[in-house]
Amino acid sequence: MSFLDIDHVSKYFPAHAGGADVCIFKDVTIKIDQGEFVTVVGHSGCGKSTLLNIIAGLETASEGGIILKGKEVTGPGLDRMVVFQNFSLMPWMTVFDNIALAVRSAYPDWSHAQVAAHVTKYIVLVGLKGAETKRPAALSGGMKQRVGLARAFSIEPKVLLLDEPFAQIDALTRGVIQEELIQMWNSSRNTVFMVTHDVDEAILLSDRILLMTHGPSARVGEIVDVTIPRPRSRETIIDHPHYYKIRNHVLHFLIRHGAHVGRGDSTTAEREGEAPVLVNFS
Amino acid sequence: MATEMSIAGSSALRVEALGSGAPMGRTKGKTMTGVAKESPWMITVFLLVVFLLGWHVATLRGAFEAKGLSEEQLQLMEFNGDIIRSANGTYMWNPEKEKVKGIPGPLAVLEKAREELSEAFVKKGTNDHGIGYLVLYTVARFGAGFLAASVVAIALGVFLGLNKVLFRAVNPFIQILKPISPLAWMPLMLYTVKDPTWTAMLVVFMAALWPTLATTAFGVNALRKDYLHVASILQLSWSKRLLLVILPGAAPTIINGLRIAFGSALVAVVPAEMLLGELGVGYLSWIEWNNLDISGVIFAILVVGFVGVILDAGFNKLAGFVTYQE
Repeated sequence: MSFLDIDHVSKYFPAHAGGADVCIFKDVTIKIDQGEFVTVVGHSGCGKSTLLNIIAGLETASEGGIILKGKEVTGPGLDRMVVFQNFSLMPWMTVFDNIALAVRSAYPDWSHAQVAAHVTKYIVLVGLKGAETKRPAALSGGMKQRVGLARAFSIEPKVLLLDEPFAQIDALTRGVIQEELIQMWNSSRNTVFMVTHDVDEAILLSDRILLMTHGPSARVGEIVDVTIPRPRSRETIIDHPHYYKIRNHVLHFLIRHGAHVGRGDSTTAEREGEAPVLVNFS
Repeated sequence: MATEMSIAGSSALRVEALGSGAPMGRTKGKTMTGVAKESPWMITVFLLVVFLLGWHVATLRGAFEAKGLSEEQLQLMEFNGDIIRSANGTYMWNPEKEKVKGIPGPLAVLEKAREELSEAFVKKGTNDHGIGYLVLYTVARFGAGFLAASVVAIALGVFLGLNKVLFRAVNPFIQILKPISPLAWMPLMLYTVKDPTWTAMLVVFMAALWPTLATTAFGVNALRKDYLHVASILQLSWSKRLLLVILPGAAPTIINGLRIAFGSALVAVVPAEMLLGELGVGYLSWIEWNNLDISGVIFAILVVGFVGVILDAGFNKLAGFVTYQE
């Protein structure tokens, strides 16, 4: 049995006055191993963020379910921490207090000093030393998301859920934080489930990339193994022979399944219910 | 009166011309920014001086002239109390009657203020307490009503804000009760609680309740879902969720509601005291009217203004602690 089991999950949204419920995605089944980094790439509206929220327990699946370490997920919990696209830091708390809130919740028996030491460790890790007493409003987008990452890593969750974590950060800073994320993940080796639009980001960070067809009634069309050995860095990864093969393959898939193709086109309809195609370049 | 008014108008104009003429001469050839940089306090003081001078001149009354009046006429006037005869046999306006003739000037009000403030903490009788006491009574009445209303409104508002369905169910009642003047409740309250002290406090309570209740419910309801998501992922207990996430998150909106409630309670406390005869600054204004002491009425109005400013400043200080920037 795998570590994190996404088992035949479907999501329907209630229809507006009359008509059938709208199917967002259907029959998503993925098995994720412990310590694996899996990324979902797809067009807007394919429900990838909804899928992430279902794993987090913030939303419920219409059909199917999530099984983490043999136990079904019934609601949000400290074993699955989310890094939000819009950071979701409490604006009335300082950087330190934002992380400390999480640490205290995860380790309720810790002393004041233990909590402070743990929080400081993660603040140093994301390079925010000196900004502990600042409030989020005084931080740049990149710094805010560093706090978000520090908060998520600090409670050492079984599964880390990254919901387009770098979408609101400028391109230059994004690269830097991506490498910081790699380093943090290298030492913690949490299981990570990430949602993104950014193909390069997906290749740099993940072990497997799940490609979703466009919604409504989206499904996982293909699963691409990122056959590039770790450790990876932005500088060296582009020299790997598989990099452009994977990149082109993913982009071709996304263009083929772009929204302009139209709903219910033959490819989607024919393949409905089929298992995702496995792609491996080695 | 008409001539007096025209004198006041022209003198005010003259002062204005003198006042603005000097700096204009100095800043000649400079841009408008030179004027904008000047302290607003100077303009404030200038406006005050213009107002006081205008007021003073408009309420000026010349000394009594006996010329052209017969002895009978003078005797009749003295008999009516319009004039009095001084020790050396000359006539002058009766200062007591002057108090209720026309509007008193700033000097009369200043004299009244000096007199009242000199015995601010003297109790001369059951209903004749010094102005210091009256201010304290009003502030205490206002504070008790406002605090009680705020606690009830915030508690109820958070509860309604967290229960969307209940909020929508109760909202029509709030919307109907909110615009009712708090004074409209007074007869009913007086009838039910049968005690003017409690009624006055309840009027303040009613004035402060609805704005805070409505905005708190709205603020909690509109709290960004992300904060609640973080709270539920972190498995915060019910009390922690309330104290660490919901209340601080909705605090800026709640403060806005409290500010509206504060103003409306301050507006309600004065007529409540007037109508109920409860000792306080509102009462002072009414009792001075009953005494036909117009200087006293003006003084009471000024006291109400100053009490409001001081309370408002204190409130803003408190509000600064709990608001945050997104």
